[in-house]
Amino acid sequence: MTTENKHENYYVPEQSAWPIIGAIGLFLIAFGAGSYVSELNSQQGSGGIILLAGIAVIIFMIFGWFRAVIAESMAGLYSKQMDRSFRQGMSWFIFSEVMFFAAFFGALFYARMIAVPWLGGASNNAMTNEVLWPTFEAVWPLVTTPDGTTTQAMGWMGLPLYNTLILLTSSVTLHFAHVGLEKNKRKALTVWLGLTIILGIAFLALQVEEYMHAYQEMGLTLDAGIYGNTFFLLTGFHGMHVTLGTVFLIVLFFRVLKGHFTPEKHFAFQAGAWYWHFVDVVWLCLFIFVYVL
Amino acid sequence: MSTMTQDPSIAQNDHDDHHHGAPKGLMRWVLTTNHKDIGTLYLWFSFIMFLTGGAMAMVIRAELFQPGLQLVEPNFFNQMTTVHGLIMVFGAVMPAFTGLANWLIPMMIGAPDMALPRMNNWSFWILPFAFSILLSSLFMEGGGPNFGWTFYAPLSTTYSPDSTALFVFAVHIMGISSIMGAINVVVTIVNMRAPGMTWMKLPLFVWTWLITAFLLIAVMPVLAGVVTMVLTDKYFATSFFDAAGGGDPVMFQHIFWFFGHPEVYIMILPSFGIISAIVPAFSRKPLFGYASMVYATASIAILSFLVWAHHMFTTGMPVFAELFFMYCTMLIAVPTGVKVFNWVATMWRGSITFETPMLFAVAFIILFTIGGFSGLMLAITPADFQYHDTYFVVAHFHYVLVSGAIFSIMAAAYYWLPKWTGHMYSETLGRWHFWCSVISVNVLFFPMHFLGLAGMPRRIPDYAIQFADVNQIVSIGGFAFGLSQLIFLAVVIKCIRGGEKAPDKPWEGAEGLEWTIASPAPYHSFTTPPEVK
Repeated sequence: MTTENKHENYYVPEQSAWPIIGAIGLFLIAFGAGSYVSELNSQQGSGGIILLAGIAVIIFMIFGWFRAVIAESMAGLYSKQMDRSFRQGMSWFIFSEVMFFAAFFGALFYARMIAVPWLGGASNNAMTNEVLWPTFEAVWPLVTTPDGTTTQAMGWMGLPLYNTLILLTSSVTLHFAHVGLEKNKRKALTVWLGLTIILGIAFLALQVEEYMHAYQEMGLTLDAGIYGNTFFLLTGFHGMHVTLGTVFLIVLFFRVLKGHFTPEKHFAFQAGAWYWHFVDVVWLCLFIFVYVL
Repeated sequence: MSTMTQDPSIAQNDHDDHHHGAPKGLMRWVLTTNHKDIGTLYLWFSFIMFLTGGAMAMVIRAELFQPGLQLVEPNFFNQMTTVHGLIMVFGAVMPAFTGLANWLIPMMIGAPDMALPRMNNWSFWILPFAFSILLSSLFMEGGGPNFGWTFYAPLSTTYSPDSTALFVFAVHIMGISSIMGAINVVVTIVNMRAPGMTWMKLPLFVWTWLITAFLLIAVMPVLAGVVTMVLTDKYFATSFFDAAGGGDPVMFQHIFWFFGHPEVYIMILPSFGIISAIVPAFSRKPLFGYASMVYATASIAILSFLVWAHHMFTTGMPVFAELFFMYCTMLIAVPTGVKVFNWVATMWRGSITFETPMLFAVAFIILFTIGGFSGLMLAITPADFQYHDTYFVVAHFHYVLVSGAIFSIMAAAYYWLPKWTGHMYSETLGRWHFWCSVISVNVLFFPMHFLGLAGMPRRIPDYAIQFADVNQIVSIGGFAFGLSQLIFLAVVIKCIRGGEKAPDKPWEGAEGLEWTIASPAPYHSFTTPPEVK
C-alpha cells in the first residue's frame, strides 16, 4: 500500500512474494549444504541437489526482486528519503562484511602472534613445547606444522603483486566510471565500467591460476596446517566476494546500456561501487598480512 | 485490523470497523510488508520457541531431580542443554526483541513503517526455517548438537555428531536474519524519525535498540566466521582449533566470545529501554537522568567489546590479560549502576501503582541486579577459578536472562497489549502470572548459587549425592515456572479475543507517540509524520 501525502512520500511496498521465496531458497541452501557436507564421506544422499536447487531459487529471487525494485525506481516511486535508506542499508551491510573478514584476520593474527609462538615455547610455554612437540620450531609462514605436515609459503612477488595492481587499477577505473556518470558522459561511463569488469575477471582468472599452482606444485593446500587454512579461507572468501562484485558490475553494465541511472539518482551504481572498493581494501589488507609480512 | 493473532478467523470476528485494513487469509502473514504484522509474527514465533526451549529445560530438570541416571541418556541430556540454550538465545529472546522493535519503533518515532519493509519480511521468515533445520537435526542418526550452545572446539569439531554441518548452516541463516533485521532497525531510526524527533527526544527503547542493532551488525558476522572455521575443521581437515596443525582450541573461545559477550548485551539492552518506559509510566514521573541513560547504554556497548575473555579466565591466559579483562568487566558495573540508580530515583516519591507491567519491571530491577552482582563476583579472576563452569554461573546468567530479559519482555507485552489488541488484558490473571513466575523463578535459580559454590559442575546429567536435596527444590521451582508461563498464554489469547475496550492511552503516566494513535493501532500508523515539539 503506498503511503502518500504532501509532507513525505515514503513508499511502503504492497505484499510481496519475493521474501518468502528468498527464505525458502536460504532454507534449501542451508539444509542442502549441511546435508551435503555431512555426506561427504559416505558419497550418497541428496544434499548436493537440494543445495543446487536452493541456489537456483535464490538466483530466481534476486532477478525477480531486483526487477520489481528497478521497475519501482524507474516509475519514480522512490523519494530522496528512500534513497538515503538504501544507502545507509548498504553501508551497514558492508560494515557487517568487514566484521566477517575481521573474524578470519583475527584468527590469522592470533595464530601468528600467540598460538604458533606458544607451541614453540615462547612466553612461559617451554614445557608445552617440550612435552608436546619438542622438535617443533615456531616460524611464520608455518611451513612445518607440529605434527610434521610440510608445505611451502606463497611469495608476494609475481602473480599476487600483479593481482594487487589489477585490483587497485580497477578501483580507479570504477571511480572514473562514476565520475562519468555524475557528469552525464554516458560513453565514458560505459567504457570505464566495462574496463573494470575486465580487470575483475582478470583478477579472478589469475587467482584460479594461483590456486592451481599452490595445489599442484607447491603442496600448499587447505589442510596444510594453519598457514594454508588462513591463506585459503581469507583469499577464498575474498575471491567469492570479487565474484559477487563482478556479477554486480555486469548487471550495472547492462543497466547502463539500457539507459538507467541519472547523475542525481543512481543508488544501485553507488552500491556496486562501494562494494567494489570494499573488496579492494580487503585485498590490500590480505596482500600485506597474508603475502608480504 | 492489527490483532495479535495468527488465526485469521479470529482476526475477522472482532473489530471489523477498520477501513482499508489488512489483507485477509493466511497469505497476509506470508507476504506481508507491514511492520505490525511482522512484529506479531516475531512475537508468536518467539513464544513458540520459548515453550519449546522450556520443554527442553523441563527434561533437564526432570533428569536432575534425583542423582543418578533416570530418564535420558547422557548424550541426549547434552543435546537438551545445547539446544535449550540455542533456542532460548536465538529463537526466544532475540526474536522477541525484534518483534517488539518492529511493532513499536515506527510508532514511537512517527514513521509510516520500517525503512525496508520487504527485507523485514525476509528477516522473519528465515527464522522458522533455520529452527526447523536445527530441531530436525535432533532426530538424525547420531543426534543433534551436543556440545553446549557455546560449541567449544574440540567438542564441536573432533567429537561432534555428523549433523554438525546442519547446525553450522542453521546458525548461518539465523545470522543473516539477525543482521538484516538489525540493519532495518538502524536505518529506520536514523532516517525515518518524524520532524522534530531529535536524538535526545528519542524514547529510550528506541535508543537502546539502535545501539543493540549496531552490536548485532558488528558481531553476528564474527559468529558466522567462527562457525565456518568449525565447519572446515570438522569436515575439511583444517586446523584452526587443533594444535597439531599450528592452531589452538583456545582461539575458538576468543573468537566465539568476541561475538558472545556483545551478544549478552544484545539480549539485555532492549530490556533497559523497556524498563525505562514502564517505570516512569507507573511512577507518574519523568525518567530520572534521561541523558545519563543514553550515555550509559552507549558505554556498556563499547565496553562489551573489551571484556570477552572474562569467560575464559581458566584457559591459562597471561596474567596481564586476566587483569585487563577483570578490570574492564568491573567497569561495566558503573554504567549499569547508573541505570539501576536512575530507575530507583524515578520511583522515588512517585505516585506508584502496581499494575502487572510495573510488577514485572520492579521485579526486573531487583532480580537483574542480583544477576549483576553475581556477575561481579564472577569477574574477579581468582574467585572465578572456583566458580567457573559450576551452577553458580548457571544461576548468574539465568538471573539476568530469565528474570532479566524474559521478565522485561513480559512487562513489555502487558504494557503494550492494549495498544496491540485494543483490549485490556485481565489484570487478575496477569497478577497470577506475575506472582507465580516471580516466586518460582527464585525457587528455581536462587539455590543454584549454593550448588555452584559447593562445586556442582554444570552440563552433567548426574551429580554427587550431597546435592540431591537442593536439586529437588530447584526442579520443583523449574516445573512451577514452566507451568506459570501457560497463564501468560491464556492472558494473551483472552486479550486478543476480547475484554474491556482499551482507550488510546490506557496508562495514566505513559508518554510517547504510540499512545497518541488509536487502540488497536490502525494497520498503517502515521502515514503523515506527526510534528514533535
